Amino acid sequence: MSTSWRFFRFASPAAFYPLAGKLVPWFGAVAAMLAAIALYLGMLRAPTDATQGDAYRIIFIHVPAAWMSMLLYVVMAFWAAIGWAFNARLASIVARAIAPTGAMFTFLALWTGALWGKPTWGAWWVWDARLTSELILLFLYVGYLALVSAIDDTRRADRAGALLAVVGSVNVPIIYFSVVWWNTLHQGASVSVTAAPKMASVMLIAMLLMTLAFWAYAFAVVFVRTRAISLEREAHASWANDAVRAARPEPGMST
Amino acid sequence: MGQRRRARRTAGTGNVDVNWNSAGEFIAMGGYGLYVWGAYAVTVACMAAEPVLVALRHRAAQRALSDGGRP
Amino acid sequence: MSSTFVVLVARDLRLAARRRIDAALPLAFFTVAVSLFPLGVGPEPQMLRQIAPGVVWVAALLAAMLSVTQLYASDLSDGSLEQMLLVPGGRIAIVAAKAVSHWLLTGLPLALAAPLFGLLFDVSPAALFALVASLVLGTPVLSLLGGLGAALTLGLRSGAVLLILIIVPLCIPVLIFGAGAVAAVDAGQSARGHYSLLGALLIFTGLLAPVATAAALRIATE
Repeated sequence: MSTSWRFFRFASPAAFYPLAGKLVPWFGAVAAMLAAIALYLGMLRAPTDATQGDAYRIIFIHVPAAWMSMLLYVVMAFWAAIGWAFNARLASIVARAIAPTGAMFTFLALWTGALWGKPTWGAWWVWDARLTSELILLFLYVGYLALVSAIDDTRRADRAGALLAVVGSVNVPIIYFSVVWWNTLHQGASVSVTAAPKMASVMLIAMLLMTLAFWAYAFAVVFVRTRAISLEREAHASWANDAVRAARPEPGMST
Repeated sequence: MGQRRRARRTAGTGNVDVNWNSAGEFIAMGGYGLYVWGAYAVTVACMAAEPVLVALRHRAAQRALSDGGRP
Repeated sequence: MSSTFVVLVARDLRLAARRRIDAALPLAFFTVAVSLFPLGVGPEPQMLRQIAPGVVWVAALLAAMLSVTQLYASDLSDGSLEQMLLVPGGRIAIVAAKAVSHWLLTGLPLALAAPLFGLLFDVSPAALFALVASLVLGTPVLSLLGGLGAALTLGLRSGAVLLILIIVPLCIPVLIFGAGAVAAVDAGQSARGHYSLLGALLIFTGLLAPVATAAALRIATE
């Protein structure tokens, strides 16, 4: 069997469970390290901006959070679709595991965006294209979470969620275009609240490193949630009981 | 913008090229401290709370399995 | 399949004719919702004229979303939905028929009644025409998207509120271009760009939404 096909071995919740368990601490460590370097560069080394003063430093969490919120939505839709198309249980579980983290990043993008907007534009909320689109993305996440929670039957919930996520993904470019249209119509020469200052290289590096840190964080959290959901769903399966019994001798062990 | 800053690290003396002259300046963030730290605080809080909640969920799932069958 | 479609539309219209009060509820809701805004923001004519397109459009959107569950719910509860799904080509026919019936019963009446409400807000005649035109182009999209939501939430307790939550983000482009068309005319500009976009949305949604809704029906009834 070729190497690539061997990876399909991990496509079952049973096989993925221990693998994920081993990887989580590594992802956590990478996230912490990258975040530390990014914060050092962004908060301590990067110079003060000429126009926005030190308020611009919010960019080091606002932009990574926004990028992650968008990336995670698409990834969630992808795995949900895979789970639906191929009846792959693990893919559906992963999609469900991604949603809360994606929603959290969306909220953080909005929160940090508001705190960035207040000192620079004088208002807590500015209906510029990017913030408004981010708000609508939050609605999309909330809608997905609401739909899957409302359906008791797991299979129906996974599939309905997959359909909604795919429909949402298809609509995101349309929604974004319409919001940009709406924004330019009503604000004339609209300058985005979230426009980045001209970036010195140290600022850019800090922002990119923080994005990678958030990505590693997302892997870690999503993997743990996937493990939890796998146990919840496959309570009848012997692998689940074995895995729990194996973990028991070390009660102090986390995740 | 775009000037390269050269970091001169001398062990122990802390003579690194940082942007701030004092800790007070760092916290004040040029007067924008409330906004910058408000943003970072909530971010840190969320990204600390989420792993904890997820770990608790996992542990609850493990406990449910090991207690399985027993009321 | 087209005969199934015609039969189903005729059936829905006939059922609605028997329950005229139920069929008129969306319009009643629309009336109340639109009338609330002046009460909430004050009667100043200039401001009302400015918010009129948005208010009418939002009320139309909500009226459409609140009424769309009815079309599927009664068929689900008496078992006829399952029967219809057994007919070959039935799924797409049902979905298309429900969307058309919903539009004929809700969207079209709203679009035709809109001038009255525009007058409540002292909207200019040109803008009134744009209001009707944008609603005629946009309410079918709302019916199609609403049908998708109804299929996804079929039989769920949380029903209409959940439907609004999941479908409204998808309706935002229609809302923006629809209300924008009226606002453009009000400002003396041409709304041709808006109409083109609304038309494009209608075609896009008309081609894709029935497929997605049919899939949603299968998911909900398997």
